[in-house]
Amino acid sequence: MNAKIESKPGLVKNRTTVERTSDRDVVVTRTINGPARIVFEAFTKAELLERWWVPKSMGMKLLSCEVDARVGGKYRLVFDAVPEPAAFFGTYVEVKPYSRLAWTNDEGGEGGSVTTVTFEEKGGKTLVVLRESYPSKEALDAAGTGAAEAMVETFDQLDELLVALGESSEQ
Amino acid sequence: MVQYSPARLDASFAALSDPTRRGVLEQLGRADASITDLAERFRMTLTGMKKHVGVLEQAGLVTTKKIGRVRTCQLGPRRLEEEAAWLERYRRRWNERFDELEKVVEELTRKEKSDERKNRK
Repeated sequence: MNAKIESKPGLVKNRTTVERTSDRDVVVTRTINGPARIVFEAFTKAELLERWWVPKSMGMKLLSCEVDARVGGKYRLVFDAVPEPAAFFGTYVEVKPYSRLAWTNDEGGEGGSVTTVTFEEKGGKTLVVLRESYPSKEALDAAGTGAAEAMVETFDQLDELLVALGESSEQ
Repeated sequence: MVQYSPARLDASFAALSDPTRRGVLEQLGRADASITDLAERFRMTLTGMKKHVGVLEQAGLVTTKKIGRVRTCQLGPRRLEEEAAWLERYRRRWNERFDELEKVVEELTRKEKSDERKNRK
């Protein structure tokens, strides 16, 4: 359960790594060029967050973005998903300028994940460590990206093909 | 991203073209089993079952482990590949997001520095 994947190092490009540190936790790390104060602001100010949280490649547009980054404060992001807009929302449980931030992800009802982000500045750059903790392994496997389902589908198709080929080779 | 190499794929096709071997995979999907268990279940000799398991093992569909005098079989690294693919999708999403974050942060940092210079004048 310690599989680790890193992006290829470029000339100046910082690397993003992802590690499943337990059945229920995924940790993403990335160094960002810039001081912790500004990185923290980019996480906690709606007008900045909406500029980067939804990259174009995600194929979704952000319709609205509300952020109240105080302990007990709420956030709400609405996407123009098909067939109807999808809202992602939750509550900030830790807000420590410019070093630590944690929020709940409540759109899935009870037992959603908790996201904790730490910011560590070193030489003008900031190491961002983002941990997503899910209540169970199943919840993590099924999380957000839909990758698990996509893979199952791919393997199902492969299996069908293999079975069909197997049957024809028996004749 | 996970990809099947042509050689791997050939080995998988060959391994799965046999009904006994497909049966063995189905069986191992339910529970790990020793070669003896499998030989009994599929009514064949130990040697015959060893050959089938060997083919599945070569294709990476099954792994075996010897504990004492018993060789236990279980489903192979394909599960790990699924996990690697999952992690890669996850990483890409965050990588794209953090690339965008970095653009925003760099722009703000530059702006602050130029504002400081202006203020000093």
